[in-house]
Amino acid sequence: MMEDILEGIKKGNERKIAQAITVIENQRDKGFELLKKLYRETSLAYLVGITGPPGSGKSTLTDKIVSKWREKGLKVAVIAIDPTSKFSGGALLGDRIRMSNVSTDRGVFIRSMATRGSLGGLNPAIYDTILLLSAAGYDYILIETVGVGQNEVDIVDLADTTLVVTVPEAGDEIQTFKAGLMEVGDLFVLNKSDRPGVDKMQLTLEQMINLADKKGWEPPIVKTVATKNNGIDKLTTKINEHKSYLQESNLLEDNREEVMRRQLVNLLEEKVLAKIVNPIKQSKEFAAKMKKIKEIKKDPYTAAEELLKEKFQI
Amino acid sequence: MAEKRKKVLIAKPGLDGHDRGAKVIARGLKEAGMEVVYTGLRKTPEDIVRAAIQEDVDVIGLSILSGAHKHLFPEVMNKLKEEGAGDVVVISGGIIPEEDHQFLKDLGIEGIFTPGTPIQEIVDFIEEKVN
Repeated sequence: MMEDILEGIKKGNERKIAQAITVIENQRDKGFELLKKLYRETSLAYLVGITGPPGSGKSTLTDKIVSKWREKGLKVAVIAIDPTSKFSGGALLGDRIRMSNVSTDRGVFIRSMATRGSLGGLNPAIYDTILLLSAAGYDYILIETVGVGQNEVDIVDLADTTLVVTVPEAGDEIQTFKAGLMEVGDLFVLNKSDRPGVDKMQLTLEQMINLADKKGWEPPIVKTVATKNNGIDKLTTKINEHKSYLQESNLLEDNREEVMRRQLVNLLEEKVLAKIVNPIKQSKEFAAKMKKIKEIKKDPYTAAEELLKEKFQI
Repeated sequence: MAEKRKKVLIAKPGLDGHDRGAKVIARGLKEAGMEVVYTGLRKTPEDIVRAAIQEDVDVIGLSILSGAHKHLFPEVMNKLKEEGAGDVVVISGGIIPEEDHQFLKDLGIEGIFTPGTPIQEIVDFIEEKVN
């Protein structure tokens, strides 16, 4: 079974790749066995992140950018991330709707993923999926996400080149962009730039970029009209320029190291949660202490220390 | 986080341009804790099967109001089998006359949900089939 899947991934078999992602998402331990075998023979694809407010045209831009890469014969994978509902645990994944140009192309693999998230963090399966898709031979991986929460900023921050998309009518909305989002942007895309207010928006962006004070690389602003395919050439050229900049200044390697460092931390957190926190939560001692906390006979600070000591001697 | 979430593809095959029903179902399944991928309008059977494979869904829900189900659904089912994904549960909804239900069931479409079906009924059907 495992050999079969590994073989399929290396050959670029879509069904096997897709099934392996499902395993990674749902049966973590089994997924780890797969990833252990892949890691050492895989070099990461070039990672491009794209983020911005809802309705700014991220999926349409993705469709057009991927088409350009395809003209050069590159194999491309897209990971489209949408938030998981905190209430139901479900998610609506609608990014494929605007990717109709490339969704029939055999050189493009699109996967929608929900943020899920444990401990308020990022779904660690997304990192694993990047590794898996790299092993499957995709040259570029484009990660698309709504740039609203910290999780999303974390995701795009791991990309080598991060595009932050906005639109003329975003107006004051851009002021509410998380400071972090302005800092992670390597390229700013002013989409729907055939609409009124584009000059004012460009000025606002320029001011914010200057405030963010990036070292070495001055993030350019590229005006696009994704639905008309305007500005996409310039955008992909700028992505290439940024890639060259990273390679020449050895920053690409640094970024890869940072991705792996975070993944290691993520995996540790995941294992601590599974092996320590969850067993404690399910123990009768936990319930007993909870009862006392409720009756205000004990404080949760002492209870946390006691539980760790009693159950795990730490 | 480690538990398996059911993943569903809601798809609109063919040329009909009405997707309110599909969107209502997508939202309802999301509220029931499922991860729902929506394809958008006017997809070919090939598009739908490819999306189902890349997303590795447990269920495909085909929504159709154009009357072309007897033409499009067999294509979807055949392509699924060709791609080795015949194990995906396929359900359908929309305007599907009673007399066509048996034809679709014979194709392997396991559930047919016409207008007025409570969403909970579809949720229960999926919960039961996918396990």
